[in-house]
Amino acid sequence: MNKNSSVFKKYLPLALGGMLLTASVGLMSYNNGPGKSLLAESDLKVDTVATGLTMPWASALLPNGDILVTERGGKLRLVSKGKLDATPVAGIPEVWYKGQGGLLDIALHPDYKTNGWIYISYSSPKKDGEEGDDGGANTALMRAKLKGKELTDIQHLFKALPNVKGNVHFGGRIVFDKKGYVFLSLGERGQKENSQNLSKDQGKVVRLFEDGKIPTDNPFVKTAGAKPEIWTYGHRNPQGMVIHPTTGVIWEHEHGPQGGDELNIVEKGKNYGWPLITYGIDYDNSIISKDTAKAGLEQPVIFWRPSIAPCGMTFVTSDKFKDWKGDLIVGSLKFMQLQHLTVKGNKVTKREVIFDKIGRVRDVRQGWDGNIYVVLENSGKVVRISPKS
Amino acid sequence: MKLILVLLSGIVFCSAVFPTQDDELAKSIERGKMVYSENCISCHMGTGEGVTATFPPLAKSDYFMENPENGIKAVKFGLMGKIKVNGVEYDNMMPSPGLGNDEIADVMNYIMNSWGNSSEKKMITEKMVEAVEEKK
Repeated sequence: MNKNSSVFKKYLPLALGGMLLTASVGLMSYNNGPGKSLLAESDLKVDTVATGLTMPWASALLPNGDILVTERGGKLRLVSKGKLDATPVAGIPEVWYKGQGGLLDIALHPDYKTNGWIYISYSSPKKDGEEGDDGGANTALMRAKLKGKELTDIQHLFKALPNVKGNVHFGGRIVFDKKGYVFLSLGERGQKENSQNLSKDQGKVVRLFEDGKIPTDNPFVKTAGAKPEIWTYGHRNPQGMVIHPTTGVIWEHEHGPQGGDELNIVEKGKNYGWPLITYGIDYDNSIISKDTAKAGLEQPVIFWRPSIAPCGMTFVTSDKFKDWKGDLIVGSLKFMQLQHLTVKGNKVTKREVIFDKIGRVRDVRQGWDGNIYVVLENSGKVVRISPKS
Repeated sequence: MKLILVLLSGIVFCSAVFPTQDDELAKSIERGKMVYSENCISCHMGTGEGVTATFPPLAKSDYFMENPENGIKAVKFGLMGKIKVNGVEYDNMMPSPGLGNDEIADVMNYIMNSWGNSSEKKMITEKMVEAVEEKK
């Protein structure tokens, strides 16, 4: 046994190096995968379904065709029968609108048609007695119901702590796994070392019951000093999060440092490595870590170099996009485009840019009608992508 | 030797107690660096070079240096639509980072005195930022 382990130790660096090399080649393969998909951008059309929004962040596509849109400045807007209602929906709490903060994501409960619950995330200013910097903020989750033009039955479910004064990295995506849990992604608020600190909510994905209670089978419930809501850690600023339509596992993307944006498969208790490992370097060109891989730290499915500033993402499940079924559509703030990622199992085999220069993409969703809806921050629009014929 | 020390500490004392505008500018630049690294760096990059045709440069930028008010406006109110910088067209959007007028002055002073830029000792003050209004 001893002998075996020493042999193992001897060859471990070699084996790891080899694995790294293979992984890097795989991760960097770009736009050259086999099997060109049949459906192309030229088969699709883009129609504007809402306009006149100010810095929209996310959308909830209601079953009756109406759309709720969050504006980062702190307003929730209703698009009814194709027209933006001039009066914002009442009931949004005080929002910390500064830097990257503000009113963020919105998501309908999977049983929205029967229970009416709407979940909303936002940057919440520090309240008296809360942990953290005075004048600071962190991401919070609430739920409410829509009655006419008002939110009712408002319940505050969760607030990430501590409050931090910095302007960046709020995360904020909400997803449901259809097993009774809701997940919220949290940015590290510009304090990268805290992504690895289980006593803080920064740089985590948290898992809650749909009423905000903390499940007792969360991975760190029994870890001394750890926050029991934590599901995964070592994230930087995750702003895309979806459930895989067949495996039910979370796929997440996050803004990395320069050249290090990542797509990850997020699984219970795992550490995604920020800032211990990264494919990127800091924006002042300094090295954050010399390592891109380490034992015990998860590797991304892919990373983007150069960074695309990914925001919003959906799996395609609709028959309207047959050849793309099971694939991902990811938004890019930086290059103002969408990327179609061909997904095979747990791998991305091809990336293609679609609708280049469409706008600063904040949100990408598949609607009840099977079409894809995209929120554009710069033009203040929601657009629908659907097949031409 | 003692005399030199006394003189030196005298100078340090005076410069701390009676700051000249140069010191004010230096301090503002120092604070501005922090503001920049938190709010601007991920698009405009560590040395202000931006990303050609995506995010405009701030280093030796004609748009910025020839009319600093352009810069103040962009930071104060955000910027949307087409602009031309050093002959290249940009059609992206910069959300307003929501900074205070003092922070805007600091980050302006930092940008205007970094990466080959020089404000020639001229300083942007909080008051100047306050006076800039959004034109629709």
